[in-house]
Amino acid sequence: MLHTVNKSPFQNSTLESCLRFVRPGDALLLLEDGVIAAAAGTAKSGLIEGALKKNLSVYAIDADLKARGLTTLTKGVQVTDYAGFVDLVEKFTMHAWL
Amino acid sequence: MAGDVKKIMFTVRKPPHGSIYVYEGLEVKLIMAAYDADISVVFLDDGVYAMKAGQDTSKLGIKGFEKTYGVLVDYEISKVFVDRQSMEERGLTEEDLLVIGEDEETEEPVRPKMIDSAEIAAMMAEQHNILCF
Repeated sequence: MLHTVNKSPFQNSTLESCLRFVRPGDALLLLEDGVIAAAAGTAKSGLIEGALKKNLSVYAIDADLKARGLTTLTKGVQVTDYAGFVDLVEKFTMHAWL
Repeated sequence: MAGDVKKIMFTVRKPPHGSIYVYEGLEVKLIMAAYDADISVVFLDDGVYAMKAGQDTSKLGIKGFEKTYGVLVDYEISKVFVDRQSMEERGLTEEDLLVIGEDEETEEPVRPKMIDSAEIAAMMAEQHNILCF
């Protein structure tokens, strides 16, 4: 499964909900405001740290990170682009946590 | 052609009436039910409120959808689930849920089934497509 989250973890509980339904081997792609979850050293960084420990692959869209000036990311988050997004969509069944 | 039947899941996470998502989601379900698809519906987060019995939208001046959800089983959509944690967080129990039809054989009322997130996650993994409303 590929899960996508486009909301900040400070805005609502979408990411937390998503993480209740992920299974080991799943991928999580953070995009739009969702990339805020990838930032290191925030009060919400623990969500992604926990996800990585559960053997989840975590990706964040570089355009969204750059737009927000987010350069210090939680270790283990993989930065990707739209082509990488397409590769993930091709590989997995997707659930957009809108 | 059983092997060709698509497994399609609808997840409903938005509360009803504050936006058009739940209503639109219902429309899409009924349209998809006309095709030969294996449909399941999961209500989670505030989406569980869409399954609460006793919704009266008359004072909002909108039609509401409790009556339509009440015949989901007639549309051959009987795989309808609510997430246990979302229900518990909101103080809801299975008795609070609306009726989605009646059992073909026993004629007993059918309500959405409350299941754990692990079961939902396992079902998600089996789908061809998942649509979120």
